[in-house]
Amino acid sequence: MLDETDRALLTLLVADAGQSASALGRQLGLSQPATWRRIKRLQEAGILTGRRLLLDAEKLGFGVTVFLGIKLATKGRVGMEDFERAVGGIPEVQVVTHVLGLYDYRLRVVARDLADFERVLRRRIMTLPGVGNVEANVMLSEERRPGPL
Amino acid sequence: MLDDKDRALLRRLQADPSLTVPELAALAGVTAGQAARRLDRMTDQGLIRGQTAVIDWAKLGYPLQVSLRVTLDKTVPSAFDAFLAAAREVAEVLEIQTFLGRVDVRLVLVARDLKHYQTLYRDRILALPHIADIEALMDVAAVKSDERLPL
Repeated sequence: MLDETDRALLTLLVADAGQSASALGRQLGLSQPATWRRIKRLQEAGILTGRRLLLDAEKLGFGVTVFLGIKLATKGRVGMEDFERAVGGIPEVQVVTHVLGLYDYRLRVVARDLADFERVLRRRIMTLPGVGNVEANVMLSEERRPGPL
Repeated sequence: MLDDKDRALLRRLQADPSLTVPELAALAGVTAGQAARRLDRMTDQGLIRGQTAVIDWAKLGYPLQVSLRVTLDKTVPSAFDAFLAAAREVAEVLEIQTFLGRVDVRLVLVARDLKHYQTLYRDRILALPHIADIEALMDVAAVKSDERLPL
């Protein structure tokens, strides 16, 4: 489905999605229209879904990132829907994933510091509908890898 | 350090990083020149690190995403460094985080199917050095994934 040029294009876009089609084309030995057609095709195939702005959370005052594993106390479809709707509206919650295993949901939460995190945890997370057991792990470092491109 | 105009620009740009500077300026209520200068300043200060493309790995043929929670053998002084260096060599690893808590390291792994996952898990993951314990959680659905900061 994808050829080597598509994979090289994806790698360049992951490194810097702000590049113009002509700048990308120069690196790949393609014309600007040919590069644009490939980008368009990757978007239409649903492989390229958009862009994400990369901000330095720490420099912007968000010194703490915590991963939470949450087990629901009450099971059932309604319980999950209520939980998902409520958790999605908390600004400090960046990522919510429904998982299979030890927990029901994994949350990625940002806060200004540990005191701020405690406030978010007590006032926002622990009061969510159906929330049961919660495990917190404070992130120390993170790296994103390019993946199997 | 940031004023309300800076925050407005970052909020709009987080919501849609593909906005042009004039579009962004109009939404944030500043002139295009002001927006450009402010964005340049925030980039120079390292607040804005850039933009990345978001890839749907399922559409690329990797529908399985697994979170591996690893506890390391801390009696070995170099356990973290050795484990992280080896984990970087596994192409299917998308994210590596280290933690203070019950879990030491988390790896996000993608796989083509369960058979591929089993092979990766046995041949690559369990071969990583200094693992004391490992738990796998399989992603079922992304409820929220924009990773925005509450600016």
